[in-house]
Order: sequence, then C-alpha cells, then structure tokens
Amino acid sequence: MTDARIEALLLRADIEAFNAEYCARLDRQDLDAWVQCFAEDAFYVVISRENFERGHPVGLIYCEGRPMIQDRAFALLKTAMFGPRYLRHMVSNLSVAPQPDGSVQARANFVVFEVLTDRPDARILQVGEYRDIFVREGAELKLRERRCVYDNLLIPTALCIPV
Amino acid sequence: MDISPEHLSDVARLAWPGDDLTRIPDWVYTDQGVYEREVERIFHGRTWNYVALEAELPNAGDFIRSNVGPTPVVVSRAKDGAVHVFENRCTHRAAEFCRELTGNVKEFVCPYHQWTYDLKGKLQGVPFRRGVAGAGGMPKEFSPANHNPRQLAVTTHRGVVFASYAEDMEPLAEYLGPEVMREFEATFDGRKLVILGHYRHSLPGNWKLYHENLKDPYHATLLHTFLVAFGLLVAGNKSLMLADASGRHGVMCSAKSDPSKVTAEAKGEMRAFREGMRLADPRMMDFIDEFDSPWSVTMATIWPNLIVQREMNTLGIRQLVPTGPNEFIMKWTMFGFEGDSEEMTRHRLRQGNLMGPAGFLGLEDNEAIKFVQDGMLRVPGGEHVVALDPATPFGTSQTLISESAIRGMYRHWREVMGL
Ligand code: FES
Ligand SMILES: [Fe+2]
Repeated sequence: MTDARIEALLLRADIEAFNAEYCARLDRQDLDAWVQCFAEDAFYVVISRENFERGHPVGLIYCEGRPMIQDRAFALLKTAMFGPRYLRHMVSNLSVAPQPDGSVQARANFVVFEVLTDRPDARILQVGEYRDIFVREGAELKLRERRCVYDNLLIPTALCIPV
Repeated sequence: MDISPEHLSDVARLAWPGDDLTRIPDWVYTDQGVYEREVERIFHGRTWNYVALEAELPNAGDFIRSNVGPTPVVVSRAKDGAVHVFENRCTHRAAEFCRELTGNVKEFVCPYHQWTYDLKGKLQGVPFRRGVAGAGGMPKEFSPANHNPRQLAVTTHRGVVFASYAEDMEPLAEYLGPEVMREFEATFDGRKLVILGHYRHSLPGNWKLYHENLKDPYHATLLHTFLVAFGLLVAGNKSLMLADASGRHGVMCSAKSDPSKVTAEAKGEMRAFREGMRLADPRMMDFIDEFDSPWSVTMATIWPNLIVQREMNTLGIRQLVPTGPNEFIMKWTMFGFEGDSEEMTRHRLRQGNLMGPAGFLGLEDNEAIKFVQDGMLRVPGGEHVVALDPATPFGTSQTLISESAIRGMYRHWREVMGL
C-alpha cells in the first residue's frame, strides 16, 4: 500500500475510535468527559434538518465555545429534572475529507435509541447526520465543529442528553 | 366535528365535583368525549386560533401547513396580498392535498385526481369534468363553487395570523382584552419579524396542561433550578400573574433580579436554590433591555392554541396542536427582528438553550407534563388540587404562590363546555 493510503486509513481509524469514545461517554452520561471531546473554540449544535436546509440557525442545543458546552453538561447534571433513561448512540457510514489547513471534515450517520423505565421498547429518539470538523491538539483529535442534523421532525417529549 | 351519541351520553354523565374551582377532576384531561366537545366548541368555536407568522409568507403564492386544533389547514398568501386559511382536505375524496411543510405555488393540485385549488382555496379545476368523447364526467349540475374546502375567517395583528371557524368573531383586540393586548404588543412591538427556525415535539399529555403550566407561577419557582439559581424567577421577585376578564388568556410576568437579594425565607422553601452557582459562559443569561415593558420575562397564554414567549431576548411562538385527550404536538417558531445585529441574533440563539424540548427549562416542563398525564392514566379517577391563594378565587394574582389563573381558565372552560 502507498503511504497516502495508509495515512488515510489511519485517520479514518482515529475518527472511528473518537466517535466510539464520544458515544460511550454520552451513553454512560459522563457529560464532563463528553465536554473534553471539544476544542476550546468549538461550535456544537443539534439542529433539525428542516432548519438546516432552510438556512435557519435555531438549534435544540446551541453552543458557541467549550465553556457553553460545559454549562450544558453542568446544567443537565446539576439542575435539570427529567425521568431516568438509558441511551445508545450508534454511528456509521463515516466519510472523511482532510483539508489543506490540517483540519479534517467528516460526516457520519447517527441513531440514538432511548429506553425509559416505564416502556418495554427502545424507541428511536433521533436519526440524523454528524457534520464535523476535527482538529488535532497534540496527538489527540478534538471537535472544532459538530452539527448534529436530525431528520425526525418531532422530538418525542424532550431531548435530555446531548446527541 | 360530529360527536357520536355514545360520547354525548358519556359526557352527559360527567359532573364537576363540588361547587368551586379548587378541585379539577381527571376526566377533564383524559376523556375522549370531553376532547371531542373541546374540538367542536373551543377550537372550532368562538376563538381566534394562531396559524402562522406573516414573515413565513412574505410573497404571493407562499404557503405553510398549519392546524386549527387538530384540523390541518393551509395558510396561503394570494395575489392580492391577503392571507387565506382553508381546510387541507380535498373536497373530492378527502385527501390531505397539501403535503409540503412550506413552499411557493401558483395553485394547489391534489395529487390523487388533480383537482386544483387557487391560492384562496377555491376549487378551480376538475379534470375530465365533461368526460371524454361525450362519455363519463361529472353530472351536468355539478358546480365547483359548491365544492370549496371550508374557509376560515382570518385576522392579522403585528405580523401574527389568526383564524377562526366562527364567521362573526369579535375583533382580536376585544377577544384578548386590553391588558393581554398590551403585553402582546410589548413583544410584537412593530419591528418586522425574522424567522430563526422551528422546534417541533410531541408531548404525552392533555393540551390544557400546557396552558396551566404557564398559569402556574408556583412551579416556576420550584421545578426550574436553573431559573432560580440564576435569579430569573425567584419567589419574592417583582412579578404578576395576569388574567384577562374572561379568564381564558393569561400572561406570566417577572423581572430579573439579583440572586444575592433572595431572602433567607425564600431560600429555605426552594430546594432548588444554590448559593454561588456560576456559568462558565455567562453571556447566555444577559438581558438586553429592548422592550418597552417593566418585565424581562413574559409568557402569554392566548386561548386556545398560542403561547408567546418573551424570555429575556429569546422570542418564540408555541402553537398547540392536540391529537387526542392524551397527547398534543407543539410547533415552536423562534424569531428575532429586522435590524438585529449578527451578535444580537447569536445572543437570541445562545439564550435559546433555555427553551424548546432540549431547553434547560423547556425539557423540565415537558417531563413534568408527561408525569402528570402518567399519574392520571395509571391511577385513574382522581382529582387535582388547585387551591393556592384562596384570597383570589380566580383571575389575576400579584403573588407567584397562586393558582388563581388556572381556576379562572376553568371558570371559562366550564361555561363554554357546559360541564
Ligand atoms: S381526492 Fe383530491 S382529487 Fe380526488
Ligand atoms: Fe416551566
């Protein structure tokens, strides 16, 4: 194999490992660790496909910078009241596009399952696409941008844990 | 909407417990017959229902799908500039013909057999009306003018569009009353609206619980730790729970205060109160005083399907769409104003983290309403206690520790419902 191809595969493996770790942190609701997935100047938004495609900026969650992401984690852990639940974030269909400035654009599909304590089924809370920009801090990948663009128009009741 | 005889008899068997409004029976929130009567007498009755913002329909041919109660309607702007509202139901075989959420068209074409409707919702064309080669076709006496989808009365005020099944509704100003109109006009202050986007969610609860939640200032001081911790709404703040003369509309009003000023007495009652909480990025809680109003927050509940949110600088409409006694859908339309700087728009978006189905406050209200419906469905046949503030039997209250606005709403509801 050529060096370029090996490099591309390694980058892809890095991002897959990153996404798996990102999901694991959310699934165990370790939101403080989740905050560490982002770069200091990160932009994070959970936005409906309806808004995204029309150029409307409103997001269910809208964070400019890691401090706002940290406040989201703090508010959910320390102040918010919601019923107990388990979540499973699934990521697949990753595509990766390195950029000339050293950042990496990536996209992947996601599905979030939610299990409430009073129902036998795991329902689909969200299905959509991550539209990402990754940067390196030392050897580590961080998200400079993650737009979670979800397809399902209606949120069932509430979105309590981030996507 | 037709009410089947067995539902009529069901409803006829229901009786309000006691002779006051401090007890609300569960059947108000769970009974199918009661729900059907609400659709007939409230949503399809003498009410102005929110359907759209004019900013969603700037040009001739623009349309959106909307609802009046559960009933799907089309809101469209015709060539003469007027806004029209008509049922989204083909008069041929009932197809809900307008499928796109929004768009721009010259006419509406039902996909099934291509009957066409103009922008005012009038039936224009019926393919093969005269048959082919002299055979088939509609009866000679068929007149398209007798087959228009049901048209609703329309009124607009400051860019907000309302529709009504009643043909002789009183003007909006009379419907809202002067005090609620004043708060409405404080938010819709004449600046042109800019749409920032939507939230949509379902909620497994009765639609009235959403009105009650915003006529219940008591919960705001207790459920919403975030509000309390950051001084947005604290027992003892300057506040008002306004109700109109009829009791159906309300406005919860409060002024932001300094959390360090909270009295020891109030702190003791509020489990949510935490000393010295800090945000890593405090910009979210900034209040830019852009309104001619003593209040930094107003939540207007406009009967029967509209909430106007002015939560400091995050502004939005919430439209209630009931789908049965035990569930409703909420469509939020968040907006700013023409002339907002880019930074002001971002501020509104950042502050938007408070509201919506993932908002620090919004998700808690949704969860609480689900818990209430769960309680009624799983331990049925009970009643709610809404007895706070007996000095105010119903209507406007100066204290947050009151349920008088909820009682006022039920005074009106019982009258309209005959229950
Ligand atoms: S159902 Fe609409 S044209 Fe036949
Ligand atoms: Fe609330």
